[in-house]
Amino acid sequence: MSGVKNRIDELFAEREKKRFIPFITTGDPSLGTSVRLIHALIEGGADLIELGVPYSDPLADGPVIQRASQRALQAGTTIQHVLEVIKELRDSGVTIPLVLFTYYNPVLQYGVGRLFERLAECGGDGIIIPDLPYEENQEALAAANQNGLHLISLVAPTSDQRIAMIGEQASGFLYCVSSLGVTGTRSGLNSNLVPFLKRVRSCTSVPLGVGFGISTPDQVREVARHAEGVIVGSAIVKEIERNLPLLEKPETVEEGIAKVKTFVQTLSSALK
Amino acid sequence: MTGRAGTETSVPDSAGRYGRFGGKYVPETLMSALTELESAFAEAVSDPQFVSELHHLLQRYAGRPTPLYHARRLTEALGGAQIYLKREDLNHTGAHKLNNALGQGLLAKRMGKKKVIAETGAGQHGVASATVAAQLGLECKVFMGEEDIKRQELNVFRMRLLGAEVIPATTGTRTLKDATNEAIRYWVTNVDETFYIIGSVVGPHPYPYMVREFQKIIGEETREQILEQIGRLPDEVVACVGGGSNAMGMFYPFIHDDVRLRGVEAAGHGLSTDKHAATLTLGRPGVIHGALTYLLQDEYGQVQEAHSISAGLDYPGVGPEHAYLKDTGRVHYASVTDSEALEALQLLCRTEGIIPALESAHAVAEVVKLAPTLPKEQVIVICLSGRGDKDVATLQTRLDAGGQGGTGA
Repeated sequence: MSGVKNRIDELFAEREKKRFIPFITTGDPSLGTSVRLIHALIEGGADLIELGVPYSDPLADGPVIQRASQRALQAGTTIQHVLEVIKELRDSGVTIPLVLFTYYNPVLQYGVGRLFERLAECGGDGIIIPDLPYEENQEALAAANQNGLHLISLVAPTSDQRIAMIGEQASGFLYCVSSLGVTGTRSGLNSNLVPFLKRVRSCTSVPLGVGFGISTPDQVREVARHAEGVIVGSAIVKEIERNLPLLEKPETVEEGIAKVKTFVQTLSSALK
Repeated sequence: MTGRAGTETSVPDSAGRYGRFGGKYVPETLMSALTELESAFAEAVSDPQFVSELHHLLQRYAGRPTPLYHARRLTEALGGAQIYLKREDLNHTGAHKLNNALGQGLLAKRMGKKKVIAETGAGQHGVASATVAAQLGLECKVFMGEEDIKRQELNVFRMRLLGAEVIPATTGTRTLKDATNEAIRYWVTNVDETFYIIGSVVGPHPYPYMVREFQKIIGEETREQILEQIGRLPDEVVACVGGGSNAMGMFYPFIHDDVRLRGVEAAGHGLSTDKHAATLTLGRPGVIHGALTYLLQDEYGQVQEAHSISAGLDYPGVGPEHAYLKDTGRVHYASVTDSEALEALQLLCRTEGIIPALESAHAVAEVVKLAPTLPKEQVIVICLSGRGDKDVATLQTRLDAGGQGGTGA
């Protein structure tokens, strides 16, 4: 536990309430549409949002988020833009926790200290860096603590003896990777998920968020029996992709956003 | 240039760091596998049985030691320092890549893994991995960029003939970088039963270290052979650098000697263009494929496309130990263009009857510039990392179209 207290801790203060955590690739298909989609996610029941920074080499991501990253990069999205989106959301009255999801190299090039400072100023609450494991995160951890941000750690089914040290350091919530592999939908949940989550639970005091491969209301409901937060990324990004023809035209963008919102509602309502 | 340096013995440290470079920047899912690999490797290399089995394969199967050859006609043509070629092109499968693939393949088997995967650029590491898999009875998948599959048709066929499955990487720039991304993604998904044979001194710790250890036989043999042939060490050793495994293997045994070391990167169309692969010359520190190293990237940290006529040098990153050796000044890194490499390739063909790989032709090209500036008493060893058979289609297209360097002599 880091001692940091912010919107994320408030959100999880009532542990029995289950929280819906969608992910979106910021800038897909454009920054303007992204901001409107984020509002739709909130209206659709998001309790916390992960804002993805598009990256040229997203190692931990499957094809759906890879394609979204490509679209966002083609639209010219940079990490600076994503920070500005967070600021814009706060300025327009958004109060739910916002977490930046980014690979490490863009963080390194921005400057670790500088990025965390700027993220806090813009109104962010945390940061997830999927290619920055425990052994490499000292600088980021210090910068997070200094700026009142949670550095959200990940723990995987293969973490094994590492679970204890990761669980002890965890801050905000602990991102539990449901199964081996990259992000993307799976046909079913990993059969070892429950024992894995029990083991993680015994090693940490922070709430658990479970992600990777969750795409249906049934899966959301099932996961919520064992965790405080349910994270859905690729399924939502896929829905955005499916509605691109609508989202890319000014006269139909509203209709596209409404479709994404309806989809998100079907997932988030599984928790109510 | 620094002749001697005393600090290199300590790299990598226990965290896999070469100075500030290296490390393990990978998804949490892979961390336990890397730790397991690290201890399996440490156990293996201290087990005499593993060492002798590898030695046996290198000798009886791969054909080591490869010759060290005094290239008299090339030396005469350039009119300066004496040039020796370390003939890694004569290694089984046609390049130095097999040294490492054999080592990692044996390790995979020792760890009880039945499936191996590999990434490949030019196809040399893919062929080496497919070969080792066949020899050891392992199942093999090779990830290769769609663009490279086109450029290296012959090697694709060889891999399939050897029983490997070649999986095209269709994302990003569709070259080595993306093949590596795809291999890592596959590994994350199948980490329990799969051994990932990385082909160069890149990737997360312990790979850069392990690959160097399996490749250092190049430099060890060279050292012994040159002492035997001329009674002293060379003045300079030159090798091409993409990821940098032939160079690391060649340089490492000379690190503490008074021998100049020179790595040669691909300058593609030229350093002033955006079509090059001169990572150490023009890159900035960043993270790629699990290691902090020099990287071709834009101001926001997006990885940039590399370019080289040689598919094996076409990589926007470089091994972290090279990044370290650049910063300490122990190794000098130069670069040569596509055209210079093509000309050097033809020169070697005509003076010595050796068709080098386009990758290795970069090292030759640097020596074409360097040798005439040095006295005849000096000795340069070039690591001729591979043979050029795989490149003949590329050469035909380039030389027929551009008349580059002509065909007569």
